[in-house]
Amino acid sequence: MKYTIQINEGPYTHQASDSAYNFTKAALEKGYEIFRIFFYHDGVNNATRLTTPPQDDRNVITRWSELAAAHDLDLVVCVAAAQRRGIADADESARNGKDADNLAPGFRISGLGQLIEGGIIADRLVVFGD
Amino acid sequence: MSSVIKQFLYVNRKAPYGTVYALESLEVVLIGAAFEQDVRLLFMDDGVFQITKGQDTADIGMKNFSPTYGALGDYDVKYMYVCKQSLEERGLTVDDLLDLKWEDEDEDWAEKDSIILVDREEMKSLMTDADVVLSF
Repeated sequence: MKYTIQINEGPYTHQASDSAYNFTKAALEKGYEIFRIFFYHDGVNNATRLTTPPQDDRNVITRWSELAAAHDLDLVVCVAAAQRRGIADADESARNGKDADNLAPGFRISGLGQLIEGGIIADRLVVFGD
Repeated sequence: MSSVIKQFLYVNRKAPYGTVYALESLEVVLIGAAFEQDVRLLFMDDGVFQITKGQDTADIGMKNFSPTYGALGDYDVKYMYVCKQSLEERGLTVDDLLDLKWEDEDEDWAEKDSIILVDREEMKSLMTDADVVLSF
């Protein structure tokens, strides 16, 4: 079974990213394939490395980065949604004349076509959000 | 690009302006249509407000993106299902909705209505029959 995961909500405000993380981890443990994880709407806020939660709380962002590194996951952030919300890698930042970038390790910025492709290629697309 | 054609059902559940979901859902629909997939839309709950006629956003400082729904026929989006009960619950009828059309290539480009009213039972089968359900 091959999954694409879509995350539509930001970290901490909403449980979507936590649930998606737990789902992804469980699927990997069962030996299923995660084709792609796509961050959309406020879900793009899961991809900023500037996030600094209190020390006694989970770090939703580094958790994704670490899971991606361990399992070679494809974490894709929608470029249009990211631009609206101030999430940028160095290239995007330079292209838009900004003075900083904030994309966390293991994430990449790309277009909505990546979500559609995820829907076409995976057996199941699972959406986390409201 | 993959030659697989899947049926994508976009379930639109939210009002057009209070949150960004409707606008960003429409952006996915437009990209998805370019992939030559079988794209269908379902409007339910407050999502039925997305395709009401006469939207005027001047006083809220947001772009009125409702004309874009009228262009979806040109992107080969033929089926826009609307939940009958959701309309009734909000005091709306099909006459309050945009006049959405698509042109049938097989019948000399005859204009056909895109909007199809469905009840909750029919919505169940729409979701079962779709390969991919994207819910916004």
